[in-house]
Amino acid sequence: MRYVVKRLLQAIPIVLAIVVLNFFLLQLAEGDAVDVLAGEAGSATPEYMAELRAKFGLDKPLPVQLAVYLKNVVMFDLGYSFRHDMPVSQLILDRLVPTLLLMVATITLAVGFGILLGLVAAMGLNTWRDTAISIFALITYATPLFWVGLMLIVVFSLNLRWFPTSGMENFAMFYEGWDRVKDIAHHLVLPTVTLSLFYLALYTRLMRASMLEQAGQDYVTTARAKGVTENRIMFVHVLRNALLPVVTMAGVQVGALIGGSVIVESVFAWPGLGMLAFEALFSRDLNLLLGIFLLSALLVVAVNLVVDIIYSSLDPRIEVN
Amino acid sequence: MTFWKLFARNRGAVVGLGILVLIAVMAATASLFFPADPFSLAGKPMSPPGENGFLLGSDSLGRDVAAGIAHGAKTSLLIGLLATLVAVGIGIVMGALAGYYGGPIDNLLMRVTEMFQTIPSFIFAILLVAIMKPSIESIVIAIAVVSWPAVARLVRGEFLSLRNREFVQACHTLGMSDVRIMLGEILPNCLSPVIVIGSLMVATAILIESGLAFLGLGDPNIMSWGFQIGAGRTLLRSAWWVCTFPGIAILLTVLAINLVGEGINDALNPRLRERT
Repeated sequence: MRYVVKRLLQAIPIVLAIVVLNFFLLQLAEGDAVDVLAGEAGSATPEYMAELRAKFGLDKPLPVQLAVYLKNVVMFDLGYSFRHDMPVSQLILDRLVPTLLLMVATITLAVGFGILLGLVAAMGLNTWRDTAISIFALITYATPLFWVGLMLIVVFSLNLRWFPTSGMENFAMFYEGWDRVKDIAHHLVLPTVTLSLFYLALYTRLMRASMLEQAGQDYVTTARAKGVTENRIMFVHVLRNALLPVVTMAGVQVGALIGGSVIVESVFAWPGLGMLAFEALFSRDLNLLLGIFLLSALLVVAVNLVVDIIYSSLDPRIEVN
Repeated sequence: MTFWKLFARNRGAVVGLGILVLIAVMAATASLFFPADPFSLAGKPMSPPGENGFLLGSDSLGRDVAAGIAHGAKTSLLIGLLATLVAVGIGIVMGALAGYYGGPIDNLLMRVTEMFQTIPSFIFAILLVAIMKPSIESIVIAIAVVSWPAVARLVRGEFLSLRNREFVQACHTLGMSDVRIMLGEILPNCLSPVIVIGSLMVATAILIESGLAFLGLGDPNIMSWGFQIGAGRTLLRSAWWVCTFPGIAILLTVLAINLVGEGINDALNPRLRERT
């Protein structure tokens, strides 16, 4: 319990620093909210713009603006998107669920298959299976995600017609209940496979290395000496310990996963945060982009926190330094 | 054994080096074989590969896909190398200061590094390029800003383990300045892991650049593989070749660099390889 509190306290400065960084990035961007508003309206007199600036507090000195910004973030007020005519926080919340769905499916697939492939490779060290898996990992590690997505669309959507090309569900069919779940799952397949491939390579390599490292430990020799069967050593003793680094890595990679989802969602028109970021980019809606950035950074901090806590309960040797 | 002999023991690395040399030659001779602007109309639009004089086909505006790939090679290699150089530079400065001085400086710099590692790097890169407006400079800066923390951590670790060695203490007794000890004495001793991580970072930088260009954040004045794929995605149904070939180019380049990086690692840290 003390560990959890300590770890929470450690996260606070990082969160604060990220919010401040976000504020300065907003300052760096050319033009402020008033310029955007004036641009949308077509014309605005300098007097009117000055009045608007005073109303939004944009004429105050920077530290005051920063304090106001911090207060707003704490209240989860991330500003206003003039393109969508909606508060940024509302827009982001609406798109959060599809992204979480995609990410959970991806992590499950990538970690699951990564562990399996790494295990197979480590057990048949230097056989054709090991080589084939290593080559597969090497190639997927070097492939750009968006290209894999497009190629999967060409093969499985356009030619074989197994899966839909884009979107999350077929609105025209008005599915309800289980039919709707099945429809969404059907749409989920290609984006998940695409996003998983890169991380699959990562987890496969990690799992293989981790298995090999654990197999050389003293406790394996001890187990062998007291007559434990090889299978039992592999699956009960080594596997359990080898899983630990894979769990940590899954946590560390969440940030990269969010970045990957921007690309995958824009390829498959998956209506999540990544797609929203892509749209924001296109309409030059920086306020929205910054909001998404802030939220994803906070998400990474939160996930790392949770993984660290799980990890410390799995492995009591871990301590906060 | 010499560096080359150790490098050549890894067959994959030799293959990778071969591919990389071919791509570099392609980049260097792009203007020779395809003297025209790769953005210009070169013939009948939507020609399949091998037809109408297009080796790899043309896109909806009649641009030559092969010419785009040749000119795009320059962009990818240039941005990959520049961004890595800048990132390694920042990483060495931060890591050296943190590792050499330790204490509060180390603490502060490592907190900053940690924050940059926490931030989702690709979204951060998107944001930076969007704020600075897409250009070669802004893309290089954005990639460097998201990539330096790994180098900083590595260099810090090396400096921490070297700073109390006898040869460094001898330098102190001789009255050398801190900067001279850091750059002239400690840094050369930790260059090999930096070179290895740097070579692998070029591959990541190329992947990030292609992703940015795919999303429309490339420099609008130069041809790049990511831009070609982004422009061709609407033609998937009718002209698969526009997206396919530039993607293979990215794949081969990144793969080759990764293989070469592993080869360098084997050659510079031979003991590490014999252990596994």
